[in-house]
Amino acid sequence: MLAYTIRRLLMLIPVLIGMSLITFSIIHLIPGNPAQVILGEQASPQAIASLEEQLGLNEPYFVQYGNYVAGILQGDLGTSLRTRGEISTEILPYLAATIELTIFALIFAVIVGVNAGIISAWRQNSMFDYTAMIIALVGVSMPIFWLGLMQQWVFAQELGWLPAFGRANPRDPVETTTYFYLIDTIINGRFDQWWTSFKHLILPGIALGTIPMAIIARMTRSSMLEVLRQDYMRTVEAKGSKTFTVIYRHGFKNAVIPVLTVVGLQTGTLLGGALLTETIFSWPGIGRYVYEAIGNRDYPVIQSGILVIATMFVLINLVVDLLYSYIDPRIKY
Amino acid sequence: MKKPVLEVNQLQTHFFTDRGEVPAVDNVSFEIHSGEVLGVVGESGCGKSVTSLSVMGLIPKPPGKIVGGEILFRPQQDEGEKEENLVKVSKKRMRQIRGNQIAMIFQEPMTSLDPLYKIGYQIIEGVRNHRAVSKKEGRQIAIDMLKLVGIPRAEEIVDEYPHQLSGGMRQRVMIAIAMACDPEVLIADEPTTALDVTIQAQILELMKKLNREKGTAIMMITHDLGVVAEMCDRVVVMYAGKVVEQGDVRTILKSPKHPYTQGLIRSLPKMGKRESRLYSIPGNVPKPGSIKNGCRFAARCPAVFDRCYQENPELIEMKEGHACRCFLYDSKEAEVSHV
Repeated sequence: MLAYTIRRLLMLIPVLIGMSLITFSIIHLIPGNPAQVILGEQASPQAIASLEEQLGLNEPYFVQYGNYVAGILQGDLGTSLRTRGEISTEILPYLAATIELTIFALIFAVIVGVNAGIISAWRQNSMFDYTAMIIALVGVSMPIFWLGLMQQWVFAQELGWLPAFGRANPRDPVETTTYFYLIDTIINGRFDQWWTSFKHLILPGIALGTIPMAIIARMTRSSMLEVLRQDYMRTVEAKGSKTFTVIYRHGFKNAVIPVLTVVGLQTGTLLGGALLTETIFSWPGIGRYVYEAIGNRDYPVIQSGILVIATMFVLINLVVDLLYSYIDPRIKY
Repeated sequence: MKKPVLEVNQLQTHFFTDRGEVPAVDNVSFEIHSGEVLGVVGESGCGKSVTSLSVMGLIPKPPGKIVGGEILFRPQQDEGEKEENLVKVSKKRMRQIRGNQIAMIFQEPMTSLDPLYKIGYQIIEGVRNHRAVSKKEGRQIAIDMLKLVGIPRAEEIVDEYPHQLSGGMRQRVMIAIAMACDPEVLIADEPTTALDVTIQAQILELMKKLNREKGTAIMMITHDLGVVAEMCDRVVVMYAGKVVEQGDVRTILKSPKHPYTQGLIRSLPKMGKRESRLYSIPGNVPKPGSIKNGCRFAARCPAVFDRCYQENPELIEMKEGHACRCFLYDSKEAEVSHV
């Protein structure tokens, strides 16, 4: 297990090199002179020259790439062209906001999706099965922005139960050290703020989690149907085990691998692609950070944002792969 | 004489499918005494497995359902006095009996163990369902059980996974799981069919040993008359969901009465005899429920006559403990042939 983990970590190196090459190239894929494009038509030659200097565009490519990688390895992601701030520190609140939202959405998607899938498979062709699978089908096909708007209309506008925008009450800002509001508020001992932050998570979390939930439910159901037919399930039953043990401990554990794959892929997607949800709910996450950078032609921020998202995607898939061999003793690489 | 530990009376298990109701087990009756090995013999699809699953309460429902009859279970530690009808007991009570007093082993050892759990865990799991056992005790029980079923290096195997064992070893583990709670009745559904011949003999030997030493009654479901001759005290022959003949093993093998049983025995290759072709019973087992009137074996029977197509034969007592479902032995027919 340890040897395998180390081997998998070493295998990350070429992937990360490839990723850095791609993000590095972004700035060079701009047609024409990047500095000119960034600054616009009206820019003075001096301004262009100084930007070229700042971005190191005068150096040969491999020197530029070397500097870029050296910077990343030291935690230096460059400077934002717009704010002149260090990207590596600037990005943290956005990243934390996205991770917090993703985790919430994921917990919702996994708990609801997995259980709905299990019960649907166990009671195949029952009313529950039909209802759950219709909801799942609607869930997969639902446009997120529409779901988000409807939620805001019903739960924020009409019923007034939950806040529709942001991470916290703007008149009572959270004093933050880790940028994770649910953690910060506990550190500060402000449980009222914790509750407010939690309520802020609910609507965007559900909007974001709906599609993964539907996919997880369908995947769990089909995987469970396969497992429930296996001989060993009958053996467990023949031992006089309780239905819960049969279904969850033996059934679901055997059905979990495809589900885990889907969860891993969905997590990656959520981390990077939550732009719509973040926009609708004014959630200050990394999707919006990168989106705004695109609008501002802030190329260093775009590069870093993509690099961070891609790295998280790779790491999550690594964790999923390691979990495979932890769960199934037959998987040895 | 003690009452039998397990008594099945007029059991009817039907399957409700799109093509209508299928009587997979049709008025089947038999009994097993403590310490006895009962063979249940028949071709594929004759209802042997459904009978055993009915006893375990493991009929998949829907589509299956026990629609009639009773399964009386009399635990011998209560001197066989208390009896319970397993068709009627609650799900909870059935769960307490299942795996504890009545255990089962299955045909496919390769796929009958959960691939994700260690051997030891799978043995202890069954014990834990029925009595409180500490982790350490459980491990010791698992090791003892593995030794009992003749697995070498039991201390190591207990921490291994099913995929690390061969088919024969896995079937031993299955037997260990089934025997862990010291059941009164062990149902073995073709336990050796999927194994190669040398391993088959070892597994049968092991079961015979457990039967002798622990007094466990065994219901041995098989289509192999060799296994029957080796293991069983009494035999029930099933055909298309019905019992066609039953008796003690000597009578059934030496002087079978029912044409189907005779056919089965004739189909066995004989030592030292060189036959150009092996005998086989012509035709196939009819689908259960497809024959409404008459004997179900009529279409394949070499001794068939008109009455076989019109009436259902009853099980006729030939002599003490030997019965046969065939008009050839009906007293009315006997009179006719005498005239």
